[in-house]
This record gives sequence, structure tokens and C-alpha cells, in this order.
Amino acid sequence: MTTAGGPKIQIQRVAKSFGAPGRAMEALGQIDLDVAERELVCLLGPSGCGKSTLLNIVAGFLAPTSGTVLVDGHPVSGPAPERGVVFQEYALFPWRTVTGNVEFGPLLQSRPAAERRRTVDRYLDLVGLRAHADKFPVQLSGGMKQRVAIARALANNPAVILMDEPFGALDAQTREVLQDELSRIQRVEHKTILFVTHSIREAVYLADRVVVMTSAPGRIKQIFPIKLPEVRDRFAPEFTQYESDITRVVREEVAKVQE
Amino acid sequence: MGTTRAMAMLGAFALWAALAHGNAWLGVVNPVLLPTPVEVGRVGLDLARSGELARHVLTSLGRIAQGFGLAALAALTLGLLVGMCVPLRLMTEPVIEFVRPIPPLAFLPMFLVWFGLGEASKVAFIGYTTFFPMFVAITASVLRVDVVLLRAAASLGATRADLVRRVVLPAALPGIAVALRVGVGLALFVIVGAEFMGADAGLGNLIMEGRTFFNPAQIVMGALVLGLLGSLINTLLLAAERRLLRWRTAA
Repeated sequence: MTTAGGPKIQIQRVAKSFGAPGRAMEALGQIDLDVAERELVCLLGPSGCGKSTLLNIVAGFLAPTSGTVLVDGHPVSGPAPERGVVFQEYALFPWRTVTGNVEFGPLLQSRPAAERRRTVDRYLDLVGLRAHADKFPVQLSGGMKQRVAIARALANNPAVILMDEPFGALDAQTREVLQDELSRIQRVEHKTILFVTHSIREAVYLADRVVVMTSAPGRIKQIFPIKLPEVRDRFAPEFTQYESDITRVVREEVAKVQE
Repeated sequence: MGTTRAMAMLGAFALWAALAHGNAWLGVVNPVLLPTPVEVGRVGLDLARSGELARHVLTSLGRIAQGFGLAALAALTLGLLVGMCVPLRLMTEPVIEFVRPIPPLAFLPMFLVWFGLGEASKVAFIGYTTFFPMFVAITASVLRVDVVLLRAAASLGATRADLVRRVVLPAALPGIAVALRVGVGLALFVIVGAEFMGADAGLGNLIMEGRTFFNPAQIVMGALVLGLLGSLINTLLLAAERRLLRWRTAA
């Protein structure tokens, strides 16, 4: 199906404008970006730079004004189960229990109940929520909800996972706990992940590559490959070095918005 | 909570009893015009013994079930369609907004002309009256469904049919439940009017009969039975709603 070793996600000359032609607002300049299999790429940039727009285009929720996105060599034309999405606002189905949410994808594919049960057990174990399987989302904390959302995305076994500021609504402590969890999960699952964030620390902690975007219309300003060990120490000198390097580049863009 | 309610009901009943019996004793107005609980109870008991009361109640309930049932089905189907299809909504909205404020009673004679004096006119009238508020409320609750939930489901592989069945319906269910409850209440409201004309049974007919034969106790009795039915149905629906929507309040 896919060309061996080829990039998992190919974003080719993707641009997006909103509004009527003539007085359209350009949200996204021309973006070219490849994401390799098993790679975690963070899109980083000031708010309004179009990073979420780009993610929504890859997810198939928005059509680009021009350009194409290929996943495994096939053009994206709408949302599909090969591209799992984790949203900042969790987007759990409030009328389904934790189990009901996690098994939603397999249920749609008419997987037998026994298999669904195994899948749910496996991913709830992975995110440490086995004990809460029968609870409804309203009974969970924000961090737990996002764990369920991650388990739900993984349980559908997508080719790639798109995460749109998934920890943006969490308090600072919970946020770091979830980053640790995602990093641990990634060491087990080795998914291809495109991750949108405006936290530099988060990006350096999680990413194989950090893509810094310019302010609107968003373009790629600079790409930082993060050459740190899989298990990262937020206080290591190399870590903080990346942080300050990227901060400098991001600040130039934030300054442009302020002017 | 339960005791407060019981006390309030008891208090209202005592007030009525005091007023009516006091009036019967002092003769402020003609006692026939202000029936006492005892008189109303006697009329009710007589009607219950002869089986008349059951016949009236069942007739009215049957009409409500048919008229409301048809309207609920139509409101649900069309509400889902219009709520999810923008061009359809733009086409229907102005018409609905014009027809909706017309008091349904204004059309009652029209229903008699179209459907005659038999069952069909009553059922159709109840259906017509309850349809619009339910349709409008259901459409609104479909429109309120969070787009992020639809996106989440679509990215998990949901087809259009899956989205309707597994996202839109459950997400709109709280709103749909309220719409149905309002619809039943309204059906009970207009059944009386529909049965005032050309009916040989039903609670509206019973009340009208009370007027024709100058029997205020029977009028009050009919009204009380309607009140009883209304609160009974409402209680049942609320219980069903709580059961179905456990996920909203689970603790």
C-alpha cells in the first residue's frame, strides 16, 4: 500500500484562506511538511498562526484552498478512521461511559463484543483508567477525560494521530503528568503523531521535531530536530538549551503580532 | 420535598372545601355555582360506577395518544432533517415562523370542515397543535449538537447514518425529551377544545355536557380529572427522562 520508508503524512503546498473570494483572509501560507512513520512532530506558533487550521485540514475537517495532504500516499478528502483526532475540549460522548467511549471506533466497525472488550481493557490499562471503566465523562476530571480521549483514539488503531492542543485546558501539574503519560505511551505504541501546541516546553519534551510557524498567514519558519533521549529530563542543560533556542525564534513572531 | 408538596396540595384542597362549604352554609352565591368537594366527589363516584368516567378518560387518552404520537413522529423526523440540512432549514424557517404564532384554535373550525365531526378531526387537531412547538424545539436541540462531537465521531469512522443514530440523537435527547413533555401537556390542553364540538365522549365532552345540563359539579370534576391526568403523565415522563439521561447527573 505505502511506499516502504516513505513519509506517513505528506503536506504538499497546502494553503487556506477564509471568507469570500476577493476579500478573503489568508490563514495559512504555503505549507510543505513530511512526517515520517513513528515520528512525533509538534506544530508550534503564536495563537492565530493557523496551526490548528493545518491540523484540521490533515484531519479532513477543512478542505485546503490549494494543495493536498497525503496519508500513506492517499489524498485526504474528509475525516476517516485512519486519522485519529484528540481535541483540546476532549470531545467525549457524555452519554457513553468510559468503556462506551473507548469502544466507539471498534463498535462502528462491527467488531465482535469479546474483541471490543479486549481492546477497551488494553487501552484503559495503558492510560491507567481501568478502575473507572463504568463512569460517565461528567464524573471525571479534565486529565482523566483526556486520558479517555487518547485511549479512544488509540483503540481505533489509526495510522496517524492528530492532537490539537490536547493538554491546553489542563492545569500545569496535570499537564506535565499527561505529557509524561503520552511520552510513555509513545514508547510503547510508536504512533505517527502530529501535535499542535503553543507550549515550547511541551514541544521540546515530546517532539522528535518541532516545527515553528510564523504569525498569520502561517508558514513554516524553522524546524528544530530534537536530539534528546527518549526519556527526557525537563531540567537537563540540553533541554533548556532547546527551550531557549526555540523561544528566541517564537518571540520574533509574537513581536510581529504585537506591532 | 415530598411533604411540602403534599402539604401544598392539602392546603389548596382545604381552601376549596372551606370556601365552597362556607358558601353553601352562608349562601353568598347560589350554592349550585360553587360545588363543594363532596358534590364533585359524588358526581365522580357515580360516573366511575357506571363506567362512564373510564369511557371518557380512555377516549380522550386514545385521541391524545394518536394525535400526539403522529405529531411527535413527524416532529422528530422533520426536526432531525431540518436541523441537519441547512438549505432545508432556510426554506422552511420563514413558513414555520409565520404559521407558528397563529393560535391553533383559530384553525379548529377548519379541521371540522376538513375532517368532519368524527375521530379524525380531533386527532388531526391535536396533531396540528402539538407539532409546531415540538418541531421547533427538536430542530433547535439538533442545531445545538456540538460540532466537535460530530468531528470526533467522523474521525472514528462514523458514516452519516452512524452520526444521526449515535451522535445527533443521543446528544439532542435532553432537548427532545423536553419537547415531548411540552407536546403532551399541550395535547391535554387542546383535547378539551377539540371535544367541545361534535364529540360523544371524552373529557371535553363530559365538561360540555355539564354545561348543557347545568351541572357545575360535573364541570369541576372533569377539570380535576384533566389535572390529575396531566400531572400523572408528567411524572411518568420525568421519571423516564431521568432514567434515560442518567449520564447528565451521574455522581
